[in-house]
Amino acid sequence: MTEIASAPTTTRVVDARGSYCPGPLMELIRAIRESQPGQVLAVYSSDSGSRTDIPKWVAKAGHRLVGVTARDGYDEIVVEKTH
Amino acid sequence: MDRILILGGGVGGTLTANLLCRKLRRRVKAGEVTITVVDATGLHTYQPGFMYIAMGGEQASHLERPERGLLDALVTLVVGEVEGIHEETRTVRLTDGQQLRYDHLVIATGSRIAPEEIDHFGSEAHHFYTAEAALELRRALDAFRGGRVVIGIAGMPYKCPPAPLEVAFLIEAELRERGLREASELDFCSPIGRAFTIESVSDMATPILAEKGIELHTFFNVEAIDPDRHVVQSLEGEELPYDLLILVPPHHGQRFLMESGFAPAPGGWLPTDRETLQVGGRPNVYALGDATDLPLSKAGSTAHFEAPVVTERIAAVIDGREVDHRVGDYHGRVMCFFEIGDGKGTLLRFDYDHPPRPPKPNQLWHLGKIVFNKTYWHTVPRGRV
Repeated sequence: MTEIASAPTTTRVVDARGSYCPGPLMELIRAIRESQPGQVLAVYSSDSGSRTDIPKWVAKAGHRLVGVTARDGYDEIVVEKTH
Repeated sequence: MDRILILGGGVGGTLTANLLCRKLRRRVKAGEVTITVVDATGLHTYQPGFMYIAMGGEQASHLERPERGLLDALVTLVVGEVEGIHEETRTVRLTDGQQLRYDHLVIATGSRIAPEEIDHFGSEAHHFYTAEAALELRRALDAFRGGRVVIGIAGMPYKCPPAPLEVAFLIEAELRERGLREASELDFCSPIGRAFTIESVSDMATPILAEKGIELHTFFNVEAIDPDRHVVQSLEGEELPYDLLILVPPHHGQRFLMESGFAPAPGGWLPTDRETLQVGGRPNVYALGDATDLPLSKAGSTAHFEAPVVTERIAAVIDGREVDHRVGDYHGRVMCFFEIGDGKGTLLRFDYDHPPRPPKPNQLWHLGKIVFNKTYWHTVPRGRV
């Protein structure tokens, strides 16, 4: 599945493969806290729950979901920090 | 000679020491094996009891015993604080200058709380992760005459995952008993998209929160406390006013593990093999309990089920035999009681492949937890259950 709103350059990769829910979400939250508005983060997650959890969190937190892409054995979820 | 060094005198360290002693007794008596536990205080603390200081009339003095009395007489206890591990020389250095050599290292150093990472936590928020803090919370509850109680989680992972929900349920029941429920509102804040990390437990707990009139706020990651307005703010942009604020503080692994290159910053959790419990691919270093990065509850129960695995693996190496995989592989087994309030509880029993299916809450599981707490000193650390 690919949902691309636009394709900004990823500035940070959060490799949470092998981590289980809510690990990938918590890793993303930590990275968001450390990032600046406008930065784009790509989360790699092998936990299928991230495909729904992370977009829900992104919506609640008011950031922008750039896309969710199925890769080989994991999902790449790209998020832009907006504020 | 094989030197086994165990860092930490909590559930995991104490039980592993005693099980190793039982399994290798002949070799220990013959001087072929030494088993040493290093503990910072020399006191063994039953941490699950802290919540009951705040909620159930427990006393701190009942929750501590000398570690020496819980260890097999053949185990050496060193009271001291670990400063670092030097891997090349297989040496652990203590802050008092002692150097302890090892051939097999077991890291059972638990987790540490870091409330100072959130401004105003100390002056505004209560918690129940030390005996002192739990007593302070008890005093605050005694003084509470109605208002808004906010219960939240200020960092994941944290010790005893059901505890904040249990506290919410128990406070709600207490306020009802004291005739203060009508004058009070309760909010429960979860950092993730549901009430609890494990979906089946969340499915059980969410209707109970609703039934008890406790408002659930999901995706509430505590960002700041405004002491002037008495408001707790989330990273997601929500604000909740409080009269009584109870937060699980952020947790980390021990600093020396990061400084010694064993655990990555900022979490400080040891990269641990989910089956062998070996740390970072090292054949002679094991971790158990809160110190690991395993996707499991940070709870004494986890350490309890991990200790026989570490024991079997070390004993197999010393005996020069194959590991008995029936006891030497960890499958993520955890079991813990879960208080619901009003004298009822349930049981969470699960492993890596089987999520918990909590039975309908009843008095039996509540009593089970009370009995377990009271008999702990005679059972778990000594390897009797």
